[in-house]
Amino acid sequence: MRYAETGFNLEIDLTRRNIERVATDPTDTALYMGGLGTNAKLIWDRVPPETDAFAPENLLIFGAGILCGTLAPGCNRTIVSTISPLTNLMAFSMMGGFWAPELKYAGYDKVVLRGKSSDLVYIWIHNDKVEIRDASHLKGKGAIETADILRKELDEPKAQVSAIGLAGENRVYYASIEQGRSSASRGGIGAVMGDKGVKAIVVRGTKDINVAQPAEYLKLCNEVLEFIKFREKNPIPGVIPILGVLGSPQEMAIHDEKWHTENFMWGNARTRRKDFWTDDVDKEWLKTMEVSRKRLISCYNCPLKCGATISIPGLPTYMMKCFSKLTYTMAAYSNLDFGLRIAQRATEYGVDGYSAPQVMAFALELLENGILTADDFPGMPEDSDGRFYWLLDRIVRREGIGDILANGTHWAANHIGKGAHEYAHNNIKKQEQLPLKLSMLNPIYFLMYATGEKISITQIEGQFPQGPFPELKDREEFCADWFQVPDEKFKQYFLDWEPRGEKSNPYYPTVEMCCDIVDWQERMHYIDDALGMCAGLSSFHMKAAYHIHNLPKFITYGAGIEMDEEAISFAAKRYRTLVRAINISRGMRRKDEKPPADHWKKRFPELEKELLDTYYKYKGWNNNGIPTEEFLREMGLDYVADDFLQWGIYDEVVEEVLDTETKSMEGANNAG
Amino acid sequence: MQAEKKKKVIKTIRIDVDKCNGCRACEVICSSFHASPKYSSNNPARSRIRVIRDPIADIYVPVYAGEYAVAECAGRDKYTIDGKEYDECAFCRASCPSRSEFKEPDSGLPLKCDMCSSDPTLEQPLCVQWCLADALIYEEREEEVSEETTVDELEMGLDALANKYGLNKLNELLAKMTASKKG
Repeated sequence: MRYAETGFNLEIDLTRRNIERVATDPTDTALYMGGLGTNAKLIWDRVPPETDAFAPENLLIFGAGILCGTLAPGCNRTIVSTISPLTNLMAFSMMGGFWAPELKYAGYDKVVLRGKSSDLVYIWIHNDKVEIRDASHLKGKGAIETADILRKELDEPKAQVSAIGLAGENRVYYASIEQGRSSASRGGIGAVMGDKGVKAIVVRGTKDINVAQPAEYLKLCNEVLEFIKFREKNPIPGVIPILGVLGSPQEMAIHDEKWHTENFMWGNARTRRKDFWTDDVDKEWLKTMEVSRKRLISCYNCPLKCGATISIPGLPTYMMKCFSKLTYTMAAYSNLDFGLRIAQRATEYGVDGYSAPQVMAFALELLENGILTADDFPGMPEDSDGRFYWLLDRIVRREGIGDILANGTHWAANHIGKGAHEYAHNNIKKQEQLPLKLSMLNPIYFLMYATGEKISITQIEGQFPQGPFPELKDREEFCADWFQVPDEKFKQYFLDWEPRGEKSNPYYPTVEMCCDIVDWQERMHYIDDALGMCAGLSSFHMKAAYHIHNLPKFITYGAGIEMDEEAISFAAKRYRTLVRAINISRGMRRKDEKPPADHWKKRFPELEKELLDTYYKYKGWNNNGIPTEEFLREMGLDYVADDFLQWGIYDEVVEEVLDTETKSMEGANNAG
Repeated sequence: MQAEKKKKVIKTIRIDVDKCNGCRACEVICSSFHASPKYSSNNPARSRIRVIRDPIADIYVPVYAGEYAVAECAGRDKYTIDGKEYDECAFCRASCPSRSEFKEPDSGLPLKCDMCSSDPTLEQPLCVQWCLADALIYEEREEEVSEETTVDELEMGLDALANKYGLNKLNELLAKMTASKKG
């Protein structure tokens, strides 16, 4: 008997319209756990390196985390993996909500899509009955609208729906997959779904999910709930409020956005507005929030309320989460009311709330600077809000300039030429990032930005405080109940970390300490992504409810696979390495591993080189970022090592790696 | 006959639909508690509490499984509360032919909330313990129940029968019933 997982994947070939229920190998679960881990294994095994995002051979995998559907609070994530049209690397965007547990109750751990349907279809999974159905009547419909229509049409109010909007249908490179209050947005996975001709996947399940050791498992879950209650009453002192409590950043609960609006950049990640938050703004935004927000809402089996139902008079209701609240507002130099209004349309279209606003701000900057001209924007309104609506409508339909912008800033700049690349300045590995521009290099963040393969900082950071505390006594107090650390040495790193002087950024934490810290941070996220655990209760936070000491027990008691801290870390390292191997096979190298050149004003090329050199070694990678043969064999990834040898990947001449581009790009810092 | 007052504990769950965050933790823990062996599996489709939810309409109503009803209601009304339209079934505890709620998914047998009856008794039903949003609050109150009530009911019933059929007929029938019991 399989515990926590169902032991079956649903394999759907859209070209041949063939549906199979395939038993999975339990040894794969032991080696790669579930979710992201086993997704990566499927991609390695079945998607050859030369396959591009829109090839029929590309897989689009909806993987439920291994513990989804069990009692574990907040464990509800669907890990969607495919080859990204934006980065041409493996994308593994994730969503919370209700879809993954429903899939488990229907009797499946994953839905694996391959091939392409010539007509628009949707997939209806109702326990053992699975159908590919005509979706021609849903063409052009919004993602939320589609979910509503399908629930009514099937007369299944409890069915959970993952759907794409117009952006996915038209293969916009940053199209999302929407699921009511959640979405998997990064990496253009919605475009792959659209390319495969799938408008939606509807799931309803009424079967049991079993756990291996019920009493022990319940006890673990109760402890987590107790901790959540404790943290709610006792926020962590000395950090900004959104880091002091659990959950995704509690953007829906608050109206006071002084911190984000004055520290993040406006426009095309350019301008910091240090005096933005006035009393008038405070009053206006409070009113907007009060009028629009109907209720704070949660994902499946989670007490945190990170989302909200937003109902703006005259517009259809939608549900919002987290930071898309501000991305449109700030890109357009507008206000919260505009941000909430355009997010409604953007949610129905199904676009990534990080990339989409930045692409539009980028286009307007090109216009301002004469690289694009008024002829490229025929009929565009004069006002900033109107321009954003106009651009969004054209992007998702791929009309005129929208067709170029639909490919993201990197590819649009390639197409436009004339120095447009200087304006696609906030990307890592071709993907738009949060609009942050800072002063002093932070060595920990340097490594995370450079080497993270989620290519999105909020999905990598956590565990360790983002900056030093000024007073030693505050640091001591912080360490007093910091039981989540995997090793006591992390406390010492933090105790000694000063805002100024010898033991401050960028030379402290030392290069070796940075390696330890980043490796810990990354490991926790990768564990969550196999389990289906929300980072908001776990890896995103300092002092979280889930941590390295209780997570292995969840696997042991839940899935019945013996795990301890060492074993879970080893498994996470294995599939983390496999993700890297996939990207290496697709051409990713050290040269691609760098934060935006203008991310920090003060850069330290020698130190950065040392950081990467040391971290690569620490991770078992060679100096070009490629996992070494010995390391692959040690990880039990001999099949990867053999392919790398056969492909001659180790024979490549490693380029001179001191990042000269950093220096040449320094001028761009002054643009804002 | 002397009317005797007895104290009875009434168990109540106070449901605040405005506080519900729609997470369905109540369904999750309920199905787990009632699994056999206890906590060994999860399946909200077996839960004895359901959150009747329509997120876009902002409707979230946790409802407990009550009595089994053989037939569905002749008419089903709609309620508008604070501008939101609710189907009458959104508040109904019955396991009935008109809907799939409160039935075992495999057998279709009706489910009924037992307030997590167990030995030893739980402090509070688990759905309440797992609802950190405080949408479900457990309360116990004592009510004084008079034994007399039942006597009154019998009297009222007999009186009604006597009025309808006449006292003589009733006497005859009672005598016959007494005789047949003895025989």
